[in-house]
Amino acid sequence: MQTHEGRLAGSDGSDGEAQWSAPRASAARRGERARDLETIADKVFCGGRISPAEGLFLHDNADLLTLGLLADHVRWTKHPEPRVTYIVDRNINPTNVCITDCGFCAFYRRPKHAESYVLTREVIVEKVRETAELGGRQILMQGGHHPYLKSDWWADLIADLAARFPRVNAHALSAPELDHLARIEKRPVEGVIADLVQAGLGSVPGAGAELLVERVRRIIAPKKTSTDRWLDVHRKVHEAGLRSSATMMFGHVETAAERIEHLERVRALQDQTGGFTAFACWTMQPDGVPEQALYPRKATPDVYLRVQALARIYLDNVENIQTSYVTQGMKMAQITLRYGCNDFGGTMLEENVVSAAGCKELQSIGAIENQIAAAGFEPRRRNSWYGIDDARHTGPEFPARRADAAVRGRGARIPAADAAANGAIR
Amino acid sequence: MKPIDLLPGGDAQGLDPRAPAPKARHQRLAPPAPGVPLPTPRALAPLGELHTEARLDRLAARAGLGEIARKVLAGTRLSLADGRALYANPHLHVVGALANHVRERLHGDVAYFNVNQHVNYTNHCNKFCSFCSFDRLPGQAGAFQLQPDEVAAKVTQLLHQPITEIHMVAGVWPKIPYAYYLDLLRAVKRARPAIHIKAFTMVELDQIAKKGREEAGRETLAEVLADLVAAGLGSCPGGGAEVFSDRVHGLGYSNKISGSRWLEIAREVHRAGLRSNCTLLHHHVETVDERLDHLDRLRQLQDETGGFQTYIPLSFHPANNEWSHLPAPTAVDELREIALGRLMLDNIAHIKAYWILMDVPVAQTALSYGADDVDGTVVEERIYHDAGATTPQEVQRAELVRWIQDAGRIPVERDTLYQVLWRADGAG
Repeated sequence: MQTHEGRLAGSDGSDGEAQWSAPRASAARRGERARDLETIADKVFCGGRISPAEGLFLHDNADLLTLGLLADHVRWTKHPEPRVTYIVDRNINPTNVCITDCGFCAFYRRPKHAESYVLTREVIVEKVRETAELGGRQILMQGGHHPYLKSDWWADLIADLAARFPRVNAHALSAPELDHLARIEKRPVEGVIADLVQAGLGSVPGAGAELLVERVRRIIAPKKTSTDRWLDVHRKVHEAGLRSSATMMFGHVETAAERIEHLERVRALQDQTGGFTAFACWTMQPDGVPEQALYPRKATPDVYLRVQALARIYLDNVENIQTSYVTQGMKMAQITLRYGCNDFGGTMLEENVVSAAGCKELQSIGAIENQIAAAGFEPRRRNSWYGIDDARHTGPEFPARRADAAVRGRGARIPAADAAANGAIR
Repeated sequence: MKPIDLLPGGDAQGLDPRAPAPKARHQRLAPPAPGVPLPTPRALAPLGELHTEARLDRLAARAGLGEIARKVLAGTRLSLADGRALYANPHLHVVGALANHVRERLHGDVAYFNVNQHVNYTNHCNKFCSFCSFDRLPGQAGAFQLQPDEVAAKVTQLLHQPITEIHMVAGVWPKIPYAYYLDLLRAVKRARPAIHIKAFTMVELDQIAKKGREEAGRETLAEVLADLVAAGLGSCPGGGAEVFSDRVHGLGYSNKISGSRWLEIAREVHRAGLRSNCTLLHHHVETVDERLDHLDRLRQLQDETGGFQTYIPLSFHPANNEWSHLPAPTAVDELREIALGRLMLDNIAHIKAYWILMDVPVAQTALSYGADDVDGTVVEERIYHDAGATTPQEVQRAELVRWIQDAGRIPVERDTLYQVLWRADGAG
């Protein structure tokens, strides 16, 4: 294995990302560049799909306002109602034990480390109970790649929670975790997914995508599930009747072209399966991570805003774009509502539950509702499949369940006959 | 005093501050409602073009701002009715694009910052403003008053940093003698002779003038200002304006000087040859019309004196004060306030997105919505931090430069009077 320094410097010499800087804003309004931007903008305004080259051109040449205008346009095309959704959920990390050693991760601990933990069933059940009592609809369960926790541990947990709290969906196990389970159990990931679906797994989070380009992954997460494998696991998740989301963590060692490559991979898979409900991106948070000294400084807010808007423009086949208030703060999150985001993500009750008897006022829910309303939108609660589940909503809640949302046969490019032949869960 | 030349050596078309305002269209409107309802965002009608200069008017027309865009493109002054339409328009990006057009016409891609040090010399205050979390009575927990040598020590501590401005504002306390203010300036100048001191809001100047009359026989503000300048005062900050409306003044800060008095003192300051800034404290109990009236009165005084350098919209912060029950303005409010400032104040050169109170994401984004300045490195800000601001109290020069570059602008370090000290692109 290469040294860390060697890896982060970019073994192929492409360490140009640190040099990336935003284009001069006014240049977007002059000369040839303005004409090229207008051509691409026309395409977006007419509902056309932009190519990777056009995506890169926007990334490198468009000014912030142009990106905002285009992203806002796509947002309204997809969601004509002035509505922004969020889900009341809680983040539970059952274990921080991990053997994947990503240098950008501040969360994990090696097995037997003094700070490593595995939550007991009682603790998890209690956390879910609090969430259910607060009207929660989802538990986001992800954790480290524990060498000994296998799919039966997870299936048992999910089935137990589903029986106790039928309204709370298990949104759990990102693709690298599913891949990890398949590897430690030495069986195809389809089997792992089928068992978890059987147990009641409702949807799969999009974490662990980081940046879906092998050059970058070899640098930042050499032991983690590869690009192709990440995509393949999501394909199999979709084929098993589950929906998932997609993410991107950027602002580390990737180039602008690699950001576009990531978006292109997500879009291409979505063309085939239609299984992604949403996309979210965020910038790497380098403070306190194991290899902090080797990463560039945290990207500034406008870099996030540009890429976030570009994602909305590029991913024309993904219905929802989530903002990331956890990494960017409430103020930026509100701004993104005009830069393509139509969803505020989850309430992440973990740190915010007010457990005092009778007190159901949740700071995080109130803050999210306020930000959405102050931007002029109607805040609405949703479920894991982006069906509106809110007392203020007059229409139907659809999709209301996993089965309503399943894309088998609905994927844009799966031939109907093929889908019919597949029948029930494969 | 000569009005500020907004475009030194450039094309000042339509920006002559002496140009008469167009006929006030607002007089034809029905009596104004107490406020403009929060605009509900909605989709812009489909269009096939971007807001390039030639097409900005058509984009704006689709957002229902066609007439305003024509005025903006022609450099014609906007009426208060135009201001109401801009506040009410749901298309934030288009309002921003109009403001950005003016911003780029005046400053291109340049975004200014400075390297400055804030000193709040006392928090003793007898004004008891409802929005303020900083004021204390002497003897109260946390109350302080720094002696001139203590202020000088703070300045001396940072001699190794390339600071070009001391920003000094504080509470108003009647027992502070006239000599104190002069000593304060002299002490700072002794500690750092080359420094520019930007100090004393119009509210403080009103108090200093009283003391000058009582204790030194200075009958006019002009005499007091001459003393202050002789002691080292270089310019005045823009705080204390709040909202000029007498209604809001009565509700929230009736012990403070009135809006008219603020403007009167600012006029005197400009007549004395000093530049100053101006501000608006927004999003508490004021209406949209009161904000527009405030901007209009600033604009009128600027027509007369040309002495305002920079307009800074100040976001109300509700922690630890009498108005804690009111919500703070959110990011989209702040962006719109920046844009409105740029569009309405056609005769003020600079619009500042004061990062310490808006927070970095908003200040950075505001550089595309009309702002051309982010203030400075700011060491030890206390007034907004007492009111709940969670921003760091200081930022390194290199960070400011990076924020500005990532916003697609050219960082330019300025001194207080906007003399260019350094340009990131190395241009002259």
